[in-house]
Amino acid sequence: MMLTPEQTLAVVFQITQLLLVVLAAPLLSGWVSQCQAWLQNRSGAGVLQPYRVLHKLFHKDAVMAHNASWLFRITPYIVFGCMWLAAAIIPIIAVDLPFSQAADVIALVGVFALARMFIALAAMDIGTSFGTLGARREMLVSFLAEPALLMVLFTASMISHSTQLPRIVEALAHHQFVLYPSLAFAALAFVIVLLAENARVPVDNPSTHLELTMIHEAMILEYSARHLALIEWASSLKLFAYISIGIALFLPHGIAEVGNWPVLPLAIGLLMLKLMAAGAGLAVLETLMAKMRIFRAPEFLGTAFLLAVLGLLIHFLLGA
Amino acid sequence: MSAVSVSPLYLLDILILFWVMLGLAGLVLQRSKYVIAHVIFPLGALVSLLLAAVAFLSLGEAPVSLVLPFGLPDLPFHQRLDSLSSFFLILLGVATVGVSLFGSGYFRHMDGKTLGLLCLQYHLFLASMALVLLADDAYMFMVAWEAMALSSYFLVTTDHAIPDIRKAGYLYLLIAHVGAIAILLSFGVMQGGNGISAYTFDAMRGAHLASFWASAAFLMALFGFGAKAGLLPLHVWLPEAHPAAPSPVSALMSSVMLKTAIYGILRVTFDLLGTQLWWWGVLALTLGLMTAVFGVMFAAVQGDMKRLLAYSSIENIGLLLVGIGLTIIFHVYGKDALAALALTATLYHSLNHAMFKSLLFIGTGSILHATGERNMGRLGGLIHSMPWASVLMLVGVLAIAGVPPLNGFVSEWLLLQAFLLSPGLPNSYINMLVPVAAAVIALSAALAAYVMVKFYGVIFLGQRREKVLEHAHDAGRWERAGMLWLALACVGLGLAPVFVVGQIDHVTQMLVGTQLGNAATDWMFLSPVDTDRASYSPLYFLLAVLGVMGLTVLLVRRLYHGRMRRGPAWDCGYPAQNARMQDTAEGFGQPIRQIFEPFFKIEREVPSPFDTHPKYHGHTDDKLWFILYLPVKHLTEKLSAWASLMQHGRIHLYLTYTFATLVVLLIFV
Repeated sequence: MMLTPEQTLAVVFQITQLLLVVLAAPLLSGWVSQCQAWLQNRSGAGVLQPYRVLHKLFHKDAVMAHNASWLFRITPYIVFGCMWLAAAIIPIIAVDLPFSQAADVIALVGVFALARMFIALAAMDIGTSFGTLGARREMLVSFLAEPALLMVLFTASMISHSTQLPRIVEALAHHQFVLYPSLAFAALAFVIVLLAENARVPVDNPSTHLELTMIHEAMILEYSARHLALIEWASSLKLFAYISIGIALFLPHGIAEVGNWPVLPLAIGLLMLKLMAAGAGLAVLETLMAKMRIFRAPEFLGTAFLLAVLGLLIHFLLGA
Repeated sequence: MSAVSVSPLYLLDILILFWVMLGLAGLVLQRSKYVIAHVIFPLGALVSLLLAAVAFLSLGEAPVSLVLPFGLPDLPFHQRLDSLSSFFLILLGVATVGVSLFGSGYFRHMDGKTLGLLCLQYHLFLASMALVLLADDAYMFMVAWEAMALSSYFLVTTDHAIPDIRKAGYLYLLIAHVGAIAILLSFGVMQGGNGISAYTFDAMRGAHLASFWASAAFLMALFGFGAKAGLLPLHVWLPEAHPAAPSPVSALMSSVMLKTAIYGILRVTFDLLGTQLWWWGVLALTLGLMTAVFGVMFAAVQGDMKRLLAYSSIENIGLLLVGIGLTIIFHVYGKDALAALALTATLYHSLNHAMFKSLLFIGTGSILHATGERNMGRLGGLIHSMPWASVLMLVGVLAIAGVPPLNGFVSEWLLLQAFLLSPGLPNSYINMLVPVAAAVIALSAALAAYVMVKFYGVIFLGQRREKVLEHAHDAGRWERAGMLWLALACVGLGLAPVFVVGQIDHVTQMLVGTQLGNAATDWMFLSPVDTDRASYSPLYFLLAVLGVMGLTVLLVRRLYHGRMRRGPAWDCGYPAQNARMQDTAEGFGQPIRQIFEPFFKIEREVPSPFDTHPKYHGHTDDKLWFILYLPVKHLTEKLSAWASLMQHGRIHLYLTYTFATLVVLLIFV
């Protein structure tokens, strides 16, 4: 099978993005932490801190609980693979990504679900009370967040008449700053989902191990060394993927369109600005909000779900 | 076809007869358990495979029919094989191959006498389900339907020494018969008073009922088949009866018998009734949504693994009904491409559910065998002692949770696509219903993942909650074979959606007059409308996931040392941790119970802090039982009490009644 020049270029784009996201994802996490540090009047550890942590973790000896099974050992690889793939199929630099034909937005949500199921199961594998508690809370958060995310993506799919990410981004980028009321609701819902799914304040707090409140950290307590490194890396990939979805849906302008690769440097520059702004925004949100009780979380996420459904409903009724 | 062409119906009838003979042989040979377990059940599986093969070959062929020379005088049995029947026969065949193979191992340990009887009932059950699918007149359909209900009733009550099981069986029989009466009435309406010959399905097809009578027939059929399928509020028997049966039978009931009800609804709505009305679709859609959410909510709070799966079956039946409702709506409004899409999703999901639910049910059978325990609160850590079962069950769990690239995801994807393509219906109320319905579907799918994490995590993962679990043995050879077959079916259905959709096209062509026609364009990408709108390729997806995972493993292996040591789990500085501190099934379902509290009837007994022997007791019940069923029960009891006032068992009283009746009649005439 011979590839046409366009197809070759598309494959090159795909591979470039694959490599780019995996290398840049920790940087984004570092940037968010650094912004938080600035907002809290601390000097912070610098944007490169996540890389140092990964480096340290990769060099340690792994310690595994006596009754850890094969499921526990393969989970970090599955989670990492899923998150890497998710971050790689969202068009943020250029819209011609060949792999997006194989996995549309519903499959994207499916990838997140796959990773989540494995990490929740791995959390239950050791059989400590924290692990199961974390798994239960994670599933609790996600059973509301996942449909909300799906509804947000559906609203965008409805507007663009496609569930394929490149088509959605193309359609949304073409409309020059038209304000869709349905998308406004969707954006609000999406922000809540992003906070919840990435274990951020007010639903969870990635920087503490407080037993009353932790969700994500409770699940991964038993992981160490390279497994932990993969999971941490996967978490930053997940954050990167979610912010990418946000950019793709709500701020796609400036992305390089099909065949228009000379604007690529400009597109990359714009993307970096957008990512930095989103990361700073996330830091501001987290600094302004307080962690809520775990049983307030369903209400919070229920709001997101309702907002997302409302957005979709508005699109059905107004066609906008 | 060769010069001597045999009607596939003959072949199917011979195969069905073979099943019956196998059952009888089992009854005769009840002394030699070995023969029943290792010869008859595998032969039954072979017959299933052949049945599926014949049905597969006749999928898409012109319908063939046959009049069997028995039945009542002037009322012979009519049979017909068309694409819809073929499709469900394939489902029956493929699922029962796995279940029968598993049965070989599972029933081995039974007492010989029970085993002989069970073997007969089991094969009669299979045969009657196949006959339901082949029936072409109301008479034969009802005979087969009743045979199915009765044989499954006897199978449910295999352990009839246990009072709870007798009770579950009775409830099942009762609701099955209420449903059967409704189905019979529906057929009665459809034959339109045209005499006894009009009970053939062919006559019903030509009857062209007025919309009032068509609606009556549809409602009766929905009620009757809904009772069999476990549709809200006729579901109460399902979580009692399915767990009560031996696991392979539960598997058959959940995965195949429920589908005969779906078959019935499709047959009546799209084949026998010529036209549909839009509100039928709305009704089916709404009922389906309620059933789906209800089922998954209750599944989340169950502590018994088989009850959990039974409630999950209710959820899936709800999803199937949503698909049927959407199909009706689209078909009525002339959007046949969309109707074909919704119907494809429904049929695909039927097939998927048959595979993963059988797999999970027989898996619980293996666990039951190995541990003697159905309560998840006493299991745990089985992944170490049951490696085969744990891997195969993981496939089933991932499939039912609807994650790519397994089969549950494909049908969910198709169904959601049908929702996404639906705007532009002329009725604005339905237009509003569609996004809400899509949201509910997404919610129940996400909750299904919750349920499945609980199911797998509590049973297989963590520490063993009881000491005896250390001696749990893995599934035997036959059990493994059955589970492996079904797990492979789940993977296959997940990875080759284009092929499967291509086969389903024959059915949609028959029922709604159009097909997706996906297979002709591209064998790699599933895209129901065109590739610009939506496409999905599980093979590429799997390759990509495996590719990045492999790359990660390779890099980690290459670049960093693999030193690893084992140690005790981190105890948070509190060394007295034990296996009982893990989440139980109760604990894992607690958030759902709290969030959806108004829907449950919860009894709780919480000890005071000063109890020396604290005991916690919690029980979650179905409110509908108390709101709906108990009043009906009391009313029936009252009515029968009144009726018994007239009955004293004395012959002269009855003679007086007869006399009085005669006098009254004479006065009127």
